[in-house]
Amino acid sequence: MTRVNNDNRLAKRLNAEKRFQFYCISAIAFSLIFVVILFINIFSSGYSAFYKTVIEVDFDVTQIDEDIATLTDLEIRKLDIFGLSKKTIYSLYPDLDDRKSKKMLIKIFSIEYEDEIKSHLIKNKKNLSNIETILLTASDDVDQVKKGNYPRELSEDRRRIKDIQLSFYDDLEERGKVKYIFNIPFLTRGDSREPELAGVGGSLLGSFFTIITVLILSFPIGILSAIYLQEFAKSNRITDFIEININNLAAVPSIVFGLLGLGIILNVFEFPRSTPLVGGMVLALLTLPRIIIPTRAALRAVPPSIREGALAVGATKMQTVMHHVVPLAMPGALTGTIIGLAQALGETAPLLLIGMVAFVVDVPSSPLDASASLPVQVYLWAESAERGYVEKTSATIMLLLLFLILMNLTAVIIRRKFETKW
Amino acid sequence: MGLLLILLILLIGIFGYFLGKLKANKLRTSSGKSLNSLNYYYGYYVALYAMVPSILLLLAISIFDKFYIEFYILSDFSEDLISSEKELIFTQIVNTAQGIKLFDTADILIDRAAEKYLYIKDVIRNLTYTSVIAFSSILLFFAYRKVNSELDSRSIVETFLLVLFFMCSLVAILTTVGIIFSLLFQTIKFFSQVPISDFLFGLQWSPQKVFVTDSGELDTRDLQNAFGAIPLFAGTFLIAFIAMCVAIPVGLMTAIYLAEYSSSRVRDWTKPIIEILAGIPTVVYGFFAALTVAPIVRDVGQSAGFSVSSESALAAGFVMGVMIIPFVSSLSDDVINSVPQSLRDGSYALGATKSETIKKVLLPAALPGIVGSFLLAISRAIGETMIVVMAAGLAAKLTANPLDAATTITTQIVVILIGDQEFDSPKTQAAFALGLTLFLVTLFLNFIALQVVKKYTEKYD
Repeated sequence: MTRVNNDNRLAKRLNAEKRFQFYCISAIAFSLIFVVILFINIFSSGYSAFYKTVIEVDFDVTQIDEDIATLTDLEIRKLDIFGLSKKTIYSLYPDLDDRKSKKMLIKIFSIEYEDEIKSHLIKNKKNLSNIETILLTASDDVDQVKKGNYPRELSEDRRRIKDIQLSFYDDLEERGKVKYIFNIPFLTRGDSREPELAGVGGSLLGSFFTIITVLILSFPIGILSAIYLQEFAKSNRITDFIEININNLAAVPSIVFGLLGLGIILNVFEFPRSTPLVGGMVLALLTLPRIIIPTRAALRAVPPSIREGALAVGATKMQTVMHHVVPLAMPGALTGTIIGLAQALGETAPLLLIGMVAFVVDVPSSPLDASASLPVQVYLWAESAERGYVEKTSATIMLLLLFLILMNLTAVIIRRKFETKW
Repeated sequence: MGLLLILLILLIGIFGYFLGKLKANKLRTSSGKSLNSLNYYYGYYVALYAMVPSILLLLAISIFDKFYIEFYILSDFSEDLISSEKELIFTQIVNTAQGIKLFDTADILIDRAAEKYLYIKDVIRNLTYTSVIAFSSILLFFAYRKVNSELDSRSIVETFLLVLFFMCSLVAILTTVGIIFSLLFQTIKFFSQVPISDFLFGLQWSPQKVFVTDSGELDTRDLQNAFGAIPLFAGTFLIAFIAMCVAIPVGLMTAIYLAEYSSSRVRDWTKPIIEILAGIPTVVYGFFAALTVAPIVRDVGQSAGFSVSSESALAAGFVMGVMIIPFVSSLSDDVINSVPQSLRDGSYALGATKSETIKKVLLPAALPGIVGSFLLAISRAIGETMIVVMAAGLAAKLTANPLDAATTITTQIVVILIGDQEFDSPKTQAAFALGLTLFLVTLFLNFIALQVVKKYTEKYD
């Protein structure tokens, strides 16, 4: 073997080393790039859902015979101003006379324009001027045109919005009638068949009720069983069996918990379908091992000297555990619980099986009302064909991710601030 | 009715706590003797006595009152009704009582029964309130009287707590029993109609073909070819395979870099970002796979001259693989870190480069643990639902082409059970049979993975 040969081999080996490092770094880069692309993709398509397009119309209040200020809210709701509302919209283009164009003009507004006018009247009952300027929600197609998501260059027969409507829109835009405002109803309203009216309010509350149910059920049960297993259980068959069970449950696919909910909670115990209560119960069972395992780890981390010190001054076993060990393990237990809850918040599959996919327009007022949850809303809207739902789906994901980030941040802060390192 | 009553019992309990504590305090000051336990244990003692049996009583009542009401109402109707008819009548009565008129048949009997139903419900409600509160107060009184300096209230309270803790830890067992019971029950029913061999080895999955005919009989001809699960197993395997093709190399390389190369500062930054991948809800991945990745895969494939379906197994599998990366990387990371330093030092001493050490020494030493992490990741991939529901196909087709649509076990469970199901049809039962298969397979994989990992850790201890 010559020396040249040796150098060659060394160079080869060092090159192999560099290549290997490069592969490793590209693997990490792959994950990081994926995270970035995912977030950019969701945010860029979702943020526009927090805004909506409205069109300004002038409503002639004097046309209503009754005196609005004296009517109750309900009476205003019952007023028949459908014709008047239409006339208000037509007044944008007074010279329009054929029925088809008029119909087209109406259709650039969302279908609930009459209700929107009434809501405006109710809100400003006390100080109405004769001519009220009212902002009416534009239809989904117009909304998407305004947001630049609509392929205007398509030929007319291949798009839902017609040339005449586009000309209305362009003209109104020029006249300054088209406004772009923050979409508050998106955060407060329930689901709707019309994308421009659909909101996440219902599923937001549904998720809230579900998570509260999960918290109430799984937090005490999880903490107490962790205390029992870690501090009190004698090592015997029953204890071993419980531990195997918990570890297995942590690995069971979430959809199997959905089958459990359907087969037992709904069909045997006959709890009401589609409700956050049942959803919370199923997710609580799913979350239980995810609370027990970190809580046990936190209890295990408390050094024996604490226990021995308490026992030495005459505390009973129960007093030692409840007064000294558990408080020290609490930050770890809370961190585990919050992370478990965050996972439960994003869980979808089990909720599909217990019927939380129902189309619910009403915002739920208790855990016993049928409702969807945020991730289920994502699924529902992702399956809808209308263009307007794409941005709504992304916006719902943004909200969901926001809550997850907040919860995980809380967990990190609790860990950093309160956890004692021994 | 439950919530208010529970609040009332709670109030009685709090009242009892202060009463007990007060009496203990009085005993201590008046007699001058020391008591068996600390004051507050007497408080807890009285409170527990006042609350626990009453809550159990309330639970018992709320479970059984339904049966009693049904029995009481239906006793007016003729006795030779079969149970399904009885059920129908009872639902009708309840609906009428709640003001819902589904049937126009103004049956005077039903109307009268509805009135009776409302009445008896009211009576039972009042009875429950009075009896539970009276029970609770009487117990409070007796417990209060029993408080004296000899009473070992501390050990009573502690025993109660211990039993409570034990009961809580039994919930895990109950859950498992519940899962097995609900799956097995329906699966057995399913296999009584469809032979197990047809299910496990049949090549055609089309449950939508099965429907109940007018006479209430099932069309048995269709049953034979409707529930062959092989296409689902194949689809599940295909997608899991694609996912692992992404997750194993990327996850393993990530773990190696984090464990061996990176400075601790880089590690502190990179690790949480990769963990984000595990924290993103699967429905988000599903949305991303269906709306972004699938069209890209389709366009790229088509421009290369392949015919790609818009819901390809490749897109779903790829995104699922990305989701699984952190599972592989964090588990492998732990395993690689636990390889003793002496092995590395030995290898370096012989002049090996870092990558040679990793490839020739660390990975073989860590292999069992790494394989364990792969198995856990596979079980995760098989059980994953939302990505495949949203991005893979719904129709069952036996294919090994990753560019084609493929369906999985989990997808079919969702497809069958979403929305309204007719119960007791072989179609719904088939979903439970699939669930049982899934449960057993993931359990088996986890068991093997744990065994492999356990064997490995014993080696260096």
